[in-house]
Amino acid sequence: MVKSPRLRDSLWMLIAAPTIWSLHFLFSYVTAAVWCAKLAEGASLGGARTAVAMYSAAAIAAIGAVAHYGWRRHCQETRHPHDVPTSHGRQRFLGFAILLLAGLSAVAVVYGALPAAFIASCH
Amino acid sequence: MALRIASPTGAVLVVLVAACDGPQSALDVAGDGATRIADLFWGMAAGAAVIWIGVVGLAVYATRVRPGEHSGRTAKLLLIGGGVVFPTIVLTGLLSYGLLLIPELREPSDGRLIVSVTGEQWWWRVRYETADGRTVELANELRLPVGEAVEVRLESRDVIHAFWVPSLAGKIDMVPGRVTRLSLKPTRTGEFRGACAEYCGESHALMAFPVAVMEPAAFAAWLEDQHALAAPPSTPETERGARLFMAMGCGSCHAVRGTAAAGTIGPDLTHIGGRASLGAGILVNDVDAFARWIAETDHVKPGVRMPAFGMLAESDLRALGQYLESLQ
Ligand code: HEC
Ligand SMILES: [Cu+2]
Repeated sequence: MVKSPRLRDSLWMLIAAPTIWSLHFLFSYVTAAVWCAKLAEGASLGGARTAVAMYSAAAIAAIGAVAHYGWRRHCQETRHPHDVPTSHGRQRFLGFAILLLAGLSAVAVVYGALPAAFIASCH
Repeated sequence: MALRIASPTGAVLVVLVAACDGPQSALDVAGDGATRIADLFWGMAAGAAVIWIGVVGLAVYATRVRPGEHSGRTAKLLLIGGGVVFPTIVLTGLLSYGLLLIPELREPSDGRLIVSVTGEQWWWRVRYETADGRTVELANELRLPVGEAVEVRLESRDVIHAFWVPSLAGKIDMVPGRVTRLSLKPTRTGEFRGACAEYCGESHALMAFPVAVMEPAAFAAWLEDQHALAAPPSTPETERGARLFMAMGCGSCHAVRGTAAAGTIGPDLTHIGGRASLGAGILVNDVDAFARWIAETDHVKPGVRMPAFGMLAESDLRALGQYLESLQ
């Protein structure tokens, strides 16, 4: 049996969205920490909030692209069921899992950014 | 007492309701912050009850009222709506509301009194700074004027502690090398209790403090008294205690303002006799307790950073106790 080369790719795509989420968290956290420790004037979170907003926009866009990819993978072969152990079934299942993880990661990115939306001070 | 509890449910209810008041209850509120938190708690409890009834209702419906197959469409709608969309919306709302509360709970916009509290294993250093710039260092007790927003600045000298007066506000960590902030705005007078809420070593559970919320005039008078130097000993017994205090080296760790004792390692004792408790909220404040604290410090508080003076004679301990008690 010849293995579909895409199958290997899609395993990587499975962790793409959660990876973006974790990078978004890390960047936001480090930016806020460095900002407050070294750069802030009068303990205002100002610049760090702008940075977090930018990270969030980039992360949501990237996660959107991953979601789109997952959706396509899932819908590609709708003739086949996605819960049987065949190559097609696996493709569809992975596509669906990628889509769901992208949804979860998008919500997580928003939650990670919300503090910067509400809190204006380093205190 | 002739209280008879008829059923186990009654017993549980009595315990639950009794647990809601007292000097250290987050539901028996006496401050702005605690009020917001209690409102949030009751709102969430009510919401959770409604959701629980809904879920159980659905289960009853599916197993008793209409067993058998349901349409795939309805099932999908329920799964996605109730399992994904609804929780996301509810959690987003709760998170936003919680974040919205934070700025005002942490930093009062109109605070005129600043109280700095430093957590140390296992006691509290407390500094009051009034709007006129005067400061005074006290310890192991917090007094606040009712109706006024006070900015509390929290620090730690050793490990992470947490400052929590459940009746007044939420809790905040005290982190070494950082200043964290909390706004306290008491809404009624009374006696409350605060405690360390982050495990900080062997005597963590013995690190508490009494809190008194007073009328503003009484508070101002009290704070003025705290600025005063220590009362000089007025009886032969307290005079002997004062001499012992210096002779035993207590003054190298403790300050008694107005005397040669100027140590800063331990709590300021200038007005120790007037505090509501002893040893960070663990003993009553009387001569016997002083004697016990000095003679068996490490029994009363394991690991304590003060040596026990068990070698002192009973009469010496009492003289020291009399002296400290006289420092009102
Ligand atoms: C090595 C420093 C040191 C010496 C010496 C010392 N103390 Fe202390 N003392 C402390 C520390 C630290 C505490 C706080 C302990 C705690 O609660 O964890 C304390 C607490 C106390 C307290 C309770 C204060 C309060 O706010 O409730 C009293 C009273 C006291 N000491 C009296 C004495 C007397 C009297 C002597 C001399 C016989 C003495 N101390 C000697 C370090 C010292
Ligand atoms: Cu502690």
